[in-house]
Amino acid sequence: MAVLLTKKARVVVQGITGHQGQFHTRAMRDFGTKVVAGVTPGKAGTKIEGVPVFDRVRDAVVWRKANASILFVPAPYAKDAAVEAIEAGIKLLVIITERIPFHEALDLMPFARSKGVTVIGPNCPGLASPGQAKMGIMPNLIFKEGDAGVISRSGTLTYEIVNAMTQGGLGQTTCIGIGGDPVIGTNMVEALALFQKDRATKRIVLVGEIGGTAEEEAADFIQRKVTKPVVAYVAGRSAPPGKRMGHAGAIIQAGKGTAESKMKAFAEAGVPVAQFPTDVATLLAAT
Amino acid sequence: MKFLEYKAKEIFARYGIPIPRGILASRPEDIVDPPLPCMVKAQVLVGGRGKAGGIRPAETLEEARRVTGQILGMEIGGYRVKQVYLEERLPIAKELYLGLTIDRSAREPLLMATAMGGMEVEQVPRDRLFMEHVPAMIGIQPYVLRSLGAALGLAKETADQVAAIARKAYEIFRKEDAELVEINPLVVTSEAKVIAGDAKLVIDDNAEYRHPEYANLDQDRTSLEQEAHDKGIVFIQLDGDIGVIANGAGLTMATLDALSLKGGKGGVFLDLGGTDDPAKVKQAFELLLKAHPAVILVNIFGGITKADTVATGVKQAIDEMHAHIPVVARIKGVNEAAAKDILRSIGMHAAETIEEAAELAVKLKAGGI
Repeated sequence: MAVLLTKKARVVVQGITGHQGQFHTRAMRDFGTKVVAGVTPGKAGTKIEGVPVFDRVRDAVVWRKANASILFVPAPYAKDAAVEAIEAGIKLLVIITERIPFHEALDLMPFARSKGVTVIGPNCPGLASPGQAKMGIMPNLIFKEGDAGVISRSGTLTYEIVNAMTQGGLGQTTCIGIGGDPVIGTNMVEALALFQKDRATKRIVLVGEIGGTAEEEAADFIQRKVTKPVVAYVAGRSAPPGKRMGHAGAIIQAGKGTAESKMKAFAEAGVPVAQFPTDVATLLAAT
Repeated sequence: MKFLEYKAKEIFARYGIPIPRGILASRPEDIVDPPLPCMVKAQVLVGGRGKAGGIRPAETLEEARRVTGQILGMEIGGYRVKQVYLEERLPIAKELYLGLTIDRSAREPLLMATAMGGMEVEQVPRDRLFMEHVPAMIGIQPYVLRSLGAALGLAKETADQVAAIARKAYEIFRKEDAELVEINPLVVTSEAKVIAGDAKLVIDDNAEYRHPEYANLDQDRTSLEQEAHDKGIVFIQLDGDIGVIANGAGLTMATLDALSLKGGKGGVFLDLGGTDDPAKVKQAFELLLKAHPAVILVNIFGGITKADTVATGVKQAIDEMHAHIPVVARIKGVNEAAAKDILRSIGMHAAETIEEAAELAVKLKAGGI
C-alpha cells in the first residue's frame, strides 16, 4: 500500500488550464490518478483532457466529491488558492508552486494544520504511490511498486535516485517530495513517522541537502523512533557558505546547515550515507 | 535581498525605531557637516567589516574626510567599498542584541535577544539568549515583551523602549517580508535612550514582486550573476574551473559534489530548471561560456525537460559562439537517444553516470584525454 495518497483520492487540479496544469493532468491520469475536476477562475464550463473545469474549489468538492488538490497556481495567487481549497474541505493539498514568499507559508502552514489538512510542499515535485496514484510532476516511468518509502527535499535528484532504485529492482510504496523551501507543510520527521507506521514500507530513503536542521532532526528521530532501515544522501557537500544553492532553503548560514553536520548526524544514528546519488540503490539493497 | 546598513536604517526609521544621526558619502569632498565626533562605517553587504578596518572613529571634519578617503576603495570580503556612512558616536552604557528570524522546524517567527550585544549571536551561551516563538497568525503578544525585559535584566524605562523597538522590528519583519531583522548592538546610552547601533535586514527574494521599491538595490552578485538574475536563470559563480549545468537545484548540487569527490572543482552552478524551450537552454549556455570554464559538464535527467531540447540548445550556443571547449554530457530520460546523436555530432564526450561524467570532466581539465 502507500502513505498519504492511494487510488481512492479524488483529485482537483487548481490551475488546470495553464500549460503545466494541463500537461500534468494527462500524466497523472496515465499514472492512474482519479483527476475528477479542475479549477481556474473564469473558466467554468470548459473541459481539459475530458476533466470538467469549475470556477471554485467548493464546486469541485460539491459536484465531483474532490478531496485532494494539487496546485499549479503562480506564486502570487498560491496562498489564495490554498486557503480556498482548505476552506472548501480538501484534506490533502500538494503545492507544486515555487517562489512563494516565506511569510505566506508561515501563515498557511499553521492554518492548514488547525483545519486538519496535510500540506506537501511548496516548491516540491509532489507525491507518487506506484500502482495507486500520483499528485505531482515526477516522470511516470521511473517508478515501480515495492516496499521502500522515499522522502526528498529535491526534484530531479529524486528522479535520479528513484530511477536507480527501480532499475535495481527496488520499488517504492510512496515517494514524498517534501520541497526545497525553508517553511514546508510536511517535514522530514513527519514523513518518517508516516513510513514507520505504514505496514507495507519496509525501508526508507532520505534525500537531504544543505541548509536548516531537518536532517539532524530526522537523524535524532530515527534513533528514537524508527525501527526500519534508513539510507540517506545529502546534496551540497561542496557548496560554499552563504550562497543559496538554487533552492530557497539550501543555504549554509552562520556555520549551520552544512553537509558535514548532516552526514555526521546520520552516521551517529546508524544511517548509511551514499557518496554518489545512485549509490543509494546499492546501500538500500544491502538493508 | 540584502540591505546596506544605511538603507536598512532608513527603513527602521520609517517604522519608528530610533537610529543615530548620520550622513552617507561616496567621496571625501562631499562631506560638509558630519555629526561629530563620528564613526565612519564602510557600507558593504558582508559581515566582518569592523575587523577588516572598515569602521573607524573621527573627531574633526578633516579627520572624517581623511578616514573616509582611506576606507573608500578598501576591499572587504571580496567587495569594494563604494560608500561610507558617517554616524554620530553614541555614549554607550550597554549593548544589547535583538533579532527576528524564521524557525524552519517550528514554522514560526523567532524573536531572539540578549544582554550580551556587540558579539556574534552564535557565540552567546544558550542560557543568556532569550528566544520566543511568535505565531504568525496571531502576532507578538505583550507577555513576550514583558518577559523580554525581565530576561535581559532591564530597568523599567529601558525595558519599555526595548519592547517598543521589538514590536516595530516585528512589524518590519512581517510587512517587509524579511528573513532577518537584526539590531546588533542595540545601544542603551548613558542617558538611558535605546538606539539601533547597527541594522541588518534581509528580505526574502521570493517576495521581490511585492516590493518593487527595492528592485534596483545593489546585491552581492558578480556581474554575470546579476545578468543571470535579470534573465531569471539560477547561476552561481564558484571558485573552481569546471562549469556545471544541470536541471534542478538538488541534481546540480549533487553534480558539483561528484566533481569534488573526483578531485575537481566547480566554477559555475547553473540550474536549468524545467524547460522545454531550446532558446532558453541556449541563453543559459551562453552565460556559462562567458564565465570561461576550462571544461563544461552537462547533467540532465529528463522528465519534464526533454533531453533533446537541451541538446539542441547546447549545440546552437556552441555553434554560434564558436566555442572550443571540452564538454562532457550525461543525459538521461525522455528522448535520450536523439539527444546523444545531437551531442555526438558536435564532438561531446558522453558519460552514462554522474560519477563517470565527473571523472571524465576532471581528466579533461587536467589534459589527460
